[in-house]
Amino acid sequence: MIPPAFDYVRPTSVDEAVRALAEGGEEAKVLAGGQSLLPLLRLRLAFPELVVDVGRIPGLRGVREDGDMLVIGAMTTHHDVVHDPLVRRHAGLLAAATATVADPAVRHRGTLAGSLAHADPAGDLPAVVLALDGEMVAQGPRGRRTIAARDFFVDYLQSSLEPDELLVEVRLPKADGWGFHYEKFHRVSQSWAMVGVAALVRRADGHIAEARIGLTNMSSVPLRATATEQALTGAGDAEAVARAAESAAEGTHASQDASATPEYREHLTRVLTRRAVLAAAGMG
Amino acid sequence: MTHISVKVDGTTYEDDVEPRLLLVHYLRDRLGLTGTPIGCDTSNCGACTVELDGVSVKSCSVLAVQADGSEVTTVEGLAHDGELTALQRAFHDKHALQCGYCTPGMLMAARDLLREHPHPTTDEIRHALEGNLCRCTGYQNIVRAVQAASEEEVPA
Repeated sequence: MIPPAFDYVRPTSVDEAVRALAEGGEEAKVLAGGQSLLPLLRLRLAFPELVVDVGRIPGLRGVREDGDMLVIGAMTTHHDVVHDPLVRRHAGLLAAATATVADPAVRHRGTLAGSLAHADPAGDLPAVVLALDGEMVAQGPRGRRTIAARDFFVDYLQSSLEPDELLVEVRLPKADGWGFHYEKFHRVSQSWAMVGVAALVRRADGHIAEARIGLTNMSSVPLRATATEQALTGAGDAEAVARAAESAAEGTHASQDASATPEYREHLTRVLTRRAVLAAAGMG
Repeated sequence: MTHISVKVDGTTYEDDVEPRLLLVHYLRDRLGLTGTPIGCDTSNCGACTVELDGVSVKSCSVLAVQADGSEVTTVEGLAHDGELTALQRAFHDKHALQCGYCTPGMLMAARDLLREHPHPTTDEIRHALEGNLCRCTGYQNIVRAVQAASEEEVPA
């Protein structure tokens, strides 16, 4: 299948990219790794007039530390994330979840920031970054601004980025000492998560002191399972975790499609949350 | 039209291409390198896998303009002077192909694995090939071939 025709620019700086986006307005699309955009173009589900390829802008790829934050540049690929020693040490949940994204060839091209900006609620990484309390740094004609993950995902395939803004960095608070697990349910290895659960658990004195749970594909945006997070505080055994996981689907709005009903997705959410928390807490 | 310069299987090509041209169409239709097939056209099957600057990519999910200034290796660039690589020989010896349609992609994905993990377990081989579908379902022998090649000194 052949994509529709579009104009193409390959800026060499973020400023140049932002200018191109401002000129293109609503008809411009950012191309990073292209693993979401190119399929959309091929299937003719997107018709941008201008594609702004940010893949060659120097300085956008790589991971660095900034005090107690981890900073991941916009062109850092999934493959980079999975293998990066800083990510593995300070945000192991992200490395583990990213290893389940698509397949090796897609992970060589696809980027963390691209996947977040695409804002697909069935994508694995939005819920992971939400659970990690991450934030996005966007640059536009009015300068830079930082957007918390909870404010970044607005609706299905819609982030709070303005059309003339480029997502340049993803910032994650280091989650040293937190146990983690990403539990994903899908029918074949490359398919999207029917439901995914990202769990972070901090333990103290043999009990769960704090838990954070992100849900993939349980609404038009990634969600936190706040009722379960609260119920987990103080949980000391598998039974207490199972009781807390019973409220994991509260406040969700799961969709109906060919592979699952909303009720089935809610059931999966409860089961996968229990499994993810037990694994994260080392109680499994 | 956008001007690109791409090195494919050791030869440098200069071309003017439409930005919407996919790398796989560039390889097949412009350069005549039809060893790289188009399978599903939806990024699922991996038949069109090639190496772009040393790592595997699905060439239906890369624009030709994105390969500007880069080096591409296709299945046609593996053998030298008719001499198959150890991995290709292993596919032959272990009967790792039936219809052969997925084979170029399987070879390119397996090369990628063997570069990162020269001695993979069968589980690691299966995981590494999860982006490549064989509609003949000949996976058992594909896994055996990759394992056999991994026992050679210079597998890929």
